[in-house]
Amino acid sequence: MSAIAFPAPRADILARRDAIIAGLAGLVAPEALITSDDERRPYETDALTAYRRMPLAVVLPSTTQEVAAVLRYCGEQGVPVVPRGAGTSLAGGAIPQEDAVVIGVSKMNRILEIDYDNRAARVQAGVTNLAVTGAVMSEGFFYAPDPSSQLACSIGGNIGMNSGGAHCLKYGVTTNNVLGVTLVMLDGSIVEIGGAHLDAPGLDLLGLIVGSEGQLGIVTEATVRILRSAEGARPVLFGFPSSEQAGAAVAAIIGAGIIPVAMEFMDKPAIEICEAFAKAGYPMDVEALLIIEVEGSDAEMDAQLARIVAIAREHGVKTVKESKSAMETAAIWKGRKSAFGATGRIADYICMDGTIPTGQLPFVLQRMAEIVKGYGLRVANVFHAGDGNLHPLILYNCNDPVEARKAEDAGNDILKLCVEVGGCLTGEHGVGIEKRDLMRVQFNEADLNQQMRVRAVFDGEWLLNPAKVFPLDGRVAA
Amino acid sequence: MTIHTPTTEAQACAVVASVAATGTPVTLRGGGTRTGLGRPTQVVSTISSAGLTGITLYEPSEMVIGARAGTPLAEILRTLADRGQMLPFEPMDHRALLGTEGEPTIGAVAAGNISGPRRINAGAARDSLIGIRLINGRGEAIKSGGRVMKNVTGLDLVKLVSGAHGTLGFLTEVTFRVLPAPECVVTLAWPGLADEAAVALLSAALGSPFEPMAAAHLPAGIGADQARTLLRLENFASSIAYRTDALGELLSQYGRPELIEGAASQELWHSVRDARFFAGSHEAVWRLSLAPTKAPRATAAIIQALPQARWFYDWGGGLVWLAVPVDEDAGAAAIRAAIRSLGGHATLVRAPHAVRAVVPVFEPLAEPLMRVTAGIKNSFDPAGIFEPGRMYAGI
Repeated sequence: MSAIAFPAPRADILARRDAIIAGLAGLVAPEALITSDDERRPYETDALTAYRRMPLAVVLPSTTQEVAAVLRYCGEQGVPVVPRGAGTSLAGGAIPQEDAVVIGVSKMNRILEIDYDNRAARVQAGVTNLAVTGAVMSEGFFYAPDPSSQLACSIGGNIGMNSGGAHCLKYGVTTNNVLGVTLVMLDGSIVEIGGAHLDAPGLDLLGLIVGSEGQLGIVTEATVRILRSAEGARPVLFGFPSSEQAGAAVAAIIGAGIIPVAMEFMDKPAIEICEAFAKAGYPMDVEALLIIEVEGSDAEMDAQLARIVAIAREHGVKTVKESKSAMETAAIWKGRKSAFGATGRIADYICMDGTIPTGQLPFVLQRMAEIVKGYGLRVANVFHAGDGNLHPLILYNCNDPVEARKAEDAGNDILKLCVEVGGCLTGEHGVGIEKRDLMRVQFNEADLNQQMRVRAVFDGEWLLNPAKVFPLDGRVAA
Repeated sequence: MTIHTPTTEAQACAVVASVAATGTPVTLRGGGTRTGLGRPTQVVSTISSAGLTGITLYEPSEMVIGARAGTPLAEILRTLADRGQMLPFEPMDHRALLGTEGEPTIGAVAAGNISGPRRINAGAARDSLIGIRLINGRGEAIKSGGRVMKNVTGLDLVKLVSGAHGTLGFLTEVTFRVLPAPECVVTLAWPGLADEAAVALLSAALGSPFEPMAAAHLPAGIGADQARTLLRLENFASSIAYRTDALGELLSQYGRPELIEGAASQELWHSVRDARFFAGSHEAVWRLSLAPTKAPRATAAIIQALPQARWFYDWGGGLVWLAVPVDEDAGAAAIRAAIRSLGGHATLVRAPHAVRAVVPVFEPLAEPLMRVTAGIKNSFDPAGIFEPGRMYAGI
């Protein structure tokens, strides 16, 4: 794919590469500085693998102070910096450019403090999302945001992208679950924002940092909320004869005052792909599938599920399959959580990420099918039905450049459709490079300029993750 | 004092542009019930949201409500209640505490990030606020967020504006995520506990799987002769019965709780939410935000220095409401010294003008953060017209 432009690397920086590397070598331990071609190559791209650029150098600091020293140095030298967590961004949020130094936090992967009484944990930014839950699970606690990449993705990256997941309907996204951060600013100053208490003083800088895609500073530590797990959790599979009926059932469940912890939607192509991979027992004779998970004691789950099943029956549900064991629960979720990987086995695909008002679901599904068909391609849909976050997987052949271009165009049309019906360009993956050039679809000039002015307060020279989020041609000073 | 009352967003833009052109400082006004919050400001005119009213969007099945900023909060709550829904963060009503009159507005709830006891579990107002329309200091109408709850498109200016107390711009429209109202609510009250034990009880309960939606401790003399430690459960009726028993058993070392239901339960939580225990007195009132288990230690240190202080805890101990005599600094030095090493902060919520003019109302920030704060203010409001000095001197 080639539709997304990268800025031309600055020749003056490339010419100074040796001097810049020598400068960095004076700031960090030798093993923290990566300069050879072979070792830099894994940092060329993230999970948007269609695009790649070799960075000038990669630094993997072990302490906040090292991050500060490197950032101050790059700031002084006018060298762009690309912050990187685990590199799982599907939007190209961690893709470097040839004149940039990648600062990766993967070595900063310690859990520093767990405070069960105050329900908070302080962790370094390179800790994986799932490791936080892993560290507190024995006491019955968990960290709520659960992106599908949670085994690999880092808390630092989650904060950069304000990541979500399947259980956000009840527990919120990253911004609702972070209490504080240690932030290194471009001039090397280290600041604490928030902490183990609930509200920080002054402007909500924490709320601004979360989701800022590494453009305001580098987060090296975070204090996150940990929550006590429910006594039990149980998913149920529902198969519906049509997407309309599935959508109406979701609306009716919420209307009845029930907030399940998760409500996941899959269309027929997605069902087929996931079932072929995970053998989860998904029904094959339906057009739409819902996975609805409830929590509580056995009696509470029974009572809630009875109400949900009754509502589903009123909306013509064909299949109801309640998990009867931990194994069945794992299988049901394995099918859903492996949707992206399973799709990758049958075709190349791009995973889009837009959000719509849930009432628009039937219309949007129909329009998406038309759009993708119009390009001569196929699409499979998985969808967080409770909160309207769509993940159309557009299938194509990456060895065919014409088809690849069509897949990107179809994806862009779908995102425009999301905005048209009142939604937005990205629900949980971020803008990165992928949606940068669509930002004017959702925002007008004044909206974007205000965002960029705020960005420029932190980084007037646009050195931090510079070619991301905002259209390249519209930069505005503070 | 000129009062501008635009009735459309375009008029609001024109008003702001004209004010900015002359560099005239303005105060932004909703229902006027929270005018005493923050530092006193020197302004010559007011922009009121009274002409911008009405619910613009309500989709119960999508759990979203949008309204023009001047819409009375009561209208929002009534509309939601008609469909069995509510605002998740249970916004505080400041009228009793501040001795003000008028109708709280939804715009001011957003601008002040006004939350109540449910904040501990359901998040603050800023967590439910998903979209704003705002006139910045250039007289431009800008939007951030939207009407869907998952949205990571660009910088989250929604959060930045929520809690900025009008210093960044004039809100014209706000959109909130809502939740179904619970079928049943009950309060469990343990009598006679000292602060340390009470916070330990609340921590144990909040660390249990039984999901208390509010957790407060009222020491002896706050609303009753005897101390009361309160947990609120909200759910379907059958779950409430189960969870009441389960919590009683889990916390049996603290004695047996009394059950408070119906109007009495609601009244009690409104008193906690609105800090009504301090209404009508002449004391200065502070709000301390701390990690819950550190709160009793902070309070004990403060009482040593200010023996007449009265206090109670919300948010499982994480929010301490404190009333102290109004002397020169309203206890600021003693209070901030007591919490300095504990990682929290203190906000002066009620005090005479003269005190709020000299005592930092909000906790002073580290220098780099203050510089960023000034930069952000300038990026929204280059002429410095909106609520100058409301949060920090010169900002």
